[in-house]
Amino acid sequence: MTSSRDKGLSRIADILAKHPANRGSLIPVLQDIQQDFGYLSEEAVAELERRMGISANEIYGVATFYTQFRFSPPGEHTILSCQGTACHVRGGRQILTELEQRLGVTAGRTTADGKFDLERVACIGCCALAPVVAVDGKVHAQVTAKKIPSIISRYAGEGNFS
Amino acid sequence: MTSLQQVCTEARVQWDKLQDSEVPVLFVGAATCGRAAGATEVLEALRERIERDELNVLVIEVGCLGPCSFEPLVIVHKNGSPRICYGNVGPDEVVRILESHVFGDDPCARWALGKMTPGKLDGIDDFNTHPMMHRQVRNILRNCGLIDPENVHHYLARDGYRGFLKALELGPDKTLEEIKASRLRGRGGAGFPAWRKWQFCRDAPGPTKYLICNADEGDPGAFMNRSLIEGDPHAVLEGMLIAAFTLGASQGYIYCRAEYPLALQRLDVAIGQMRALGLLGRDIQGSGFCFDLSVKKGAGAFVCGEETALIASIEGRRGMPQPRPPFPAVSGLLGKPTVIQNVETLGNLPLILRNGAQSYSQYGSESSKGTKTFALAGKIKRTGLVEVPLGIKLKDIICEIGGGVPDGKALKAVQTGGPSGGCIPAEKMDLPVDYEALTQAGSIMGSGGMIVLDEDTCMVDVAKYFLSFTQAESCGKCAPCRVGTRAMLSILERIAAGEGQMADLEKLESVAQTIRDGSLCGLGQTAPNPVLTTLRYFRNEYEEHIRKGQCPAFVCSRMISYHIDRDRCSGCGACARVCPVEAISGQKKKPHAIDQETCIRCGMCLSTCPARYAAVFRRSGELTRVEPRKEVKRKSD
Ligand SMILES: Cc1cc2nc3c(=O)[nH]c(=O)nc-3n(C[C@H](O)[C@H](O)[C@H](O)COP(=O)(O)O)c2cc1C
Ligand code: SF4
Ligand code: FES
Repeated sequence: MTSSRDKGLSRIADILAKHPANRGSLIPVLQDIQQDFGYLSEEAVAELERRMGISANEIYGVATFYTQFRFSPPGEHTILSCQGTACHVRGGRQILTELEQRLGVTAGRTTADGKFDLERVACIGCCALAPVVAVDGKVHAQVTAKKIPSIISRYAGEGNFS
Repeated sequence: MTSLQQVCTEARVQWDKLQDSEVPVLFVGAATCGRAAGATEVLEALRERIERDELNVLVIEVGCLGPCSFEPLVIVHKNGSPRICYGNVGPDEVVRILESHVFGDDPCARWALGKMTPGKLDGIDDFNTHPMMHRQVRNILRNCGLIDPENVHHYLARDGYRGFLKALELGPDKTLEEIKASRLRGRGGAGFPAWRKWQFCRDAPGPTKYLICNADEGDPGAFMNRSLIEGDPHAVLEGMLIAAFTLGASQGYIYCRAEYPLALQRLDVAIGQMRALGLLGRDIQGSGFCFDLSVKKGAGAFVCGEETALIASIEGRRGMPQPRPPFPAVSGLLGKPTVIQNVETLGNLPLILRNGAQSYSQYGSESSKGTKTFALAGKIKRTGLVEVPLGIKLKDIICEIGGGVPDGKALKAVQTGGPSGGCIPAEKMDLPVDYEALTQAGSIMGSGGMIVLDEDTCMVDVAKYFLSFTQAESCGKCAPCRVGTRAMLSILERIAAGEGQMADLEKLESVAQTIRDGSLCGLGQTAPNPVLTTLRYFRNEYEEHIRKGQCPAFVCSRMISYHIDRDRCSGCGACARVCPVEAISGQKKKPHAIDQETCIRCGMCLSTCPARYAAVFRRSGELTRVEPRKEVKRKSD
């Protein structure tokens, strides 16, 4: 029987096989790993160091530059609160405050029960329908602070059914 | 293999059939904005009804037609009737339209925005005369919202790839001449003439050249590039073929931000189709021209929209800008000559080649030719994506197309150019929208984001907003940008908190100068613009914050307090239930009160108090703002 660690390593090998073996592939590879595993774990970075011949230091140097990458497991659902210009002038800040109060976390953190990640985003291109909040990729348009509890509860209950 | 010519001929036959289809067709706008507005639910309801009643109806998902505030949008083709575009269509409305119009004889005029084809229909005007449409010239966006973006045959039927074939016929030199004659300038912000960059790249030694499409669209509040890629990806890709052919580039990249999953998917599908049609790869269409394309997904760094940072990112490094010269056109990706062009700049190329430079430059002002797309958002009645000839007056876009500011509020300013741009005050709405005029006014054209600000927007807050954005996005390489934006931000924070001094205004101006002069890249060089234009046009507002400790727009939370009018309060308790810090107390059916010590000034009580009471009011310095009481409207359909 293969351990979960071995399975993880073979998934990384699969990802690497999909990209040309050059430095330019580093960011796409990190993106694929994050897509697959949810985050960049120490083991994954160590494996990349071994296979790509790029030092872990250098990999972290690149990965930390970009806001997309995370180094701890994500919550079950990701809530993005848009803080772009259009959303800002239409009350985006109040929406984020309300989300922070309701979830009991500040932006950039995961709730204690691991259900939600709360993140700010600088525009998702739905400015015409501002302010917007996106949950797991679904965009909620023209959100008001009053609508926040019902948006959250739509996702909060879900885990109980599986 | 069938030739491209044959595929085009067949595509045209199929397209014509679709235009005269016996079977009714519903085109549903399902771009990211349409989906956010509910297009997914509309599609579900529609498909469910079609399946249930075994209806013979064709449903086609299209991109965004532009009038986003009317989304979800549905265009209905019914043989024998003009095509009708409907707005604000929910799942119930779409089923009603199906029953009443498609399979009945009531065209549901109340939901119609206009007719898309000739013919008479009572109570429905031409779509082109709709106030949002009639000043527009849709050349770049000509296909958006009308074709299935995942069906290359639709694109081909509408003269797709004819511009590229024309370029092959002309050869690279004459194609360059044509672009030069069109006087096309870059649409990503700086407005640099496209042909000149191409000339530099062609003149640079070495056989290997690269072409990069900049689809990073980092300006928060802009969505032109997203809409074009989602609605008509092949227009951009055809533009890339034309540019690559002229440059002699054999490899191209599209650097698209990760926040645009649908655009990324559309690009993948379209690139696959190009391959299948022999429009990518070796010896394209027997011309000897070889070119391949790949998509690079951005990883969330605004500075990567800057050319040298973007290149570093594609090379797998930290996205830090490099000093220029050498310019990328001479030494770019992997040290090779590289041309980087914005999505919309590329989207213009097929048009220029197909119709000729002369036809292209009939639009626009002396210095700024052609049409340009703009994303209208903020405090404006009709939001969405519009395309107008350059040189049009700002007020024509804001007041006519956009319908002005909603809710009877006054227009205060228009923000153009995002974090690198500035705020143009309401008095200057006669300004022609061209590169030079906007620069003279202290702003920039930018990539096309226009955020409308009304009397309820605080200009100090807007300046602070942009500075906190640039400060967070500064890559930190140069001290003037890294330290300077931080310094400006703290001054602005101080002013917004009521702790500013008059000397702060001069300080802002002098730090701005240092940042402008000492920064390596455009991010730093332009970061002070939002502050400088607001200081130039709205200095009195800064002074009011400093001298009187009040925010006239009631935005800067540290300067406002919330109160309850005892005479208006009905004691319903709605505010007390939403207050996150339990600062509101009062007995049932008795006037409530806010404890100022506990209140965190989040404004939840204000937005929760029912409009028929409007009992919550605000104070800032000497100012008091009471909300108007409104009678409850009954919901009608
Ligand atoms: C900080 C910064 C961000 C930028 N972001 C973008 C962007 O998102 N999209 C874009 O096309 N150009 C952006 N630009 C401008 C590009 O560097 C470049 O000028 C442009 O892509 C050239 O294409 P064009 O001539 O077709 O406009 C940015 C520039 C800076 C300094
Ligand atoms: S100006 Fe700012 S963003 Fe540009 S290189 Fe310097 S520090 Fe980085
Ligand atoms: S500003 Fe929020 S989606 Fe663009």
